[in-house]
Amino acid sequence: MTGLRILLGAVILGGLGAAAPFTPLWLISLVTLAMSTGLVVCGLIILWRGGLVPFGQALFFATGAYTVALSGRWFGLTDAFLLIGLAVIMAALVAFVVGFLLAQYREIFFAMLSLALSMILYGVLVKSETLGSTDGINVTQASFFGLKPRGPGYTFALFWLALGMVFTAWVGVSAYLGSVAGQLAGAIRDNEIRVEYLGISVTRLVHLKLTISAALAGAGGALAALSISHVDPQMAYWTTSGGFVFVTILAGAASVPAAFLGALLFEIVRTIAVALLPGGWQLILGSVLLLTILFVPEGLGSLMIRKRAAVTEKGAA
Amino acid sequence: MSALLSVKGLEKTFGQVVAARDINVDVPQGQTVGIIGANGAGKTTFVNMITGHLAPSGGTIQFEGSDITGLPSRKIMRLGIARSFQVAQVFPTFSVFENLCAATAIARSGSSVVGAALSRFVSAETSADAETALDQFQMSPFRDALASTLPQGVRKLLDIAMATAGNPRVLLLDEPTSGISLEEKFGLMDVIMGALKARGTTILFVEHDMEIVQRFADRVLAFYDGTVIADGSPAVALGDERVREFITGTLIRSKDGSLNSSRASHA
Repeated sequence: MTGLRILLGAVILGGLGAAAPFTPLWLISLVTLAMSTGLVVCGLIILWRGGLVPFGQALFFATGAYTVALSGRWFGLTDAFLLIGLAVIMAALVAFVVGFLLAQYREIFFAMLSLALSMILYGVLVKSETLGSTDGINVTQASFFGLKPRGPGYTFALFWLALGMVFTAWVGVSAYLGSVAGQLAGAIRDNEIRVEYLGISVTRLVHLKLTISAALAGAGGALAALSISHVDPQMAYWTTSGGFVFVTILAGAASVPAAFLGALLFEIVRTIAVALLPGGWQLILGSVLLLTILFVPEGLGSLMIRKRAAVTEKGAA
Repeated sequence: MSALLSVKGLEKTFGQVVAARDINVDVPQGQTVGIIGANGAGKTTFVNMITGHLAPSGGTIQFEGSDITGLPSRKIMRLGIARSFQVAQVFPTFSVFENLCAATAIARSGSSVVGAALSRFVSAETSADAETALDQFQMSPFRDALASTLPQGVRKLLDIAMATAGNPRVLLLDEPTSGISLEEKFGLMDVIMGALKARGTTILFVEHDMEIVQRFADRVLAFYDGTVIADGSPAVALGDERVREFITGTLIRSKDGSLNSSRASHA
């Protein structure tokens, strides 16, 4: 990624941040929530490029969210940066552990095993009184390096925090996708035997991808927890994972910014759908998914990028 | 001088089936070894055991004096033993150049996952390595073609070129000319051997075509029923009684000692 693109991204995000005080609060909250989904989808892109689709990414999302809630409840931690850092570490740690099992599997087996693991967490959360059971846990309002904005100020602060996270994720994920490990995703999808015989472990590459994607999902979960001020077991439920896969299909794996635009579009469509058809909003969401698959099978990102970014072109540049 | 690759008492059984028995071979640095034998004689099993694709049931494999028996293929690969496949293993959705870049980038990143995460895929060094390989294996006209669209012979070349990305000391080629038309076989082998000899690679290649073996091998290993029944220069090994009976079958020797009928009966 060039310095110019980083600068451009920073300017766009900075502009959004500056516009916040002139924007309705509900919209800011909606965008913040969409950014949390975008962070998860960013991680899904990494797996998606390697031909891996997890139906249980909510496992890491919920791990991040509950880390925030429980750190506040048990240890009285309120600093937003610390909470997010802890959430990222916990989610990555969980992925690192389950990765020894998950990274052995591909395709539908990978998808369903990840779903099974997320449903185990769901079961634990529902059954455990200390973890809030079905009611969940309220999240105490966070502080930012000692500052404790309240009211609309808190909403702005979270929004700015979200923008910072989006920027970090965008730069970090773009760097990863441009690395040898990132570029080998397509190679893994194409031919694992060849990758192994080039001397590198496919299992370990998948393990790494899973851990990075989980760290991002944990960050997304933490942001969602702070933004909603509440966590509940629904965050680990399979429909939450399904929503992430939905947005990934909508956004496509071609570009990182598309993950955030896709997430924003998803939130907007869902909000409108619920307003139009309170009892049947899934009908509208399903139709959008159908249209996406029929007409933009490569996702929104493919519209933003002219063509598959050929290594040859970049190499020659 | 000790051998670069040393195989002692190698065995492999699949249940009741004995695929390899008591194989003893020493290969010195720089030699080109042709491996012949009928289908099911144990040639590919032998290659698969050396490259870690199959774990031997018994015996040892030493490479540069250290034991590599039963190591996973990627570790053996990292030590310097690479292979190509009977059915070319490439990345079909990558162009030829991207395939080579993937191979050189992995080699440059030290073949470790951490190294791969920290090094750039597109770099001047990997591109230069890929260009060199493109040149050496004479694939420049196909540089930007998708691997899935390549003619069989070029796909074979690409497979072998990728296997050489880490500059292996030993390269095992499993039937490099299978699926290639008779007219193209020699040209293909000239390109392969030219590129590999320039690198000083020790080569073991499995081959059914005796003319190819005779032309390119310094030494021939003849496999029959899971073991080596003849080992020596092409003239000696191909002239062996049992080799003629079990492997080359219809070969007829002319007065000057050259082989005038080359098609082995290996149905």
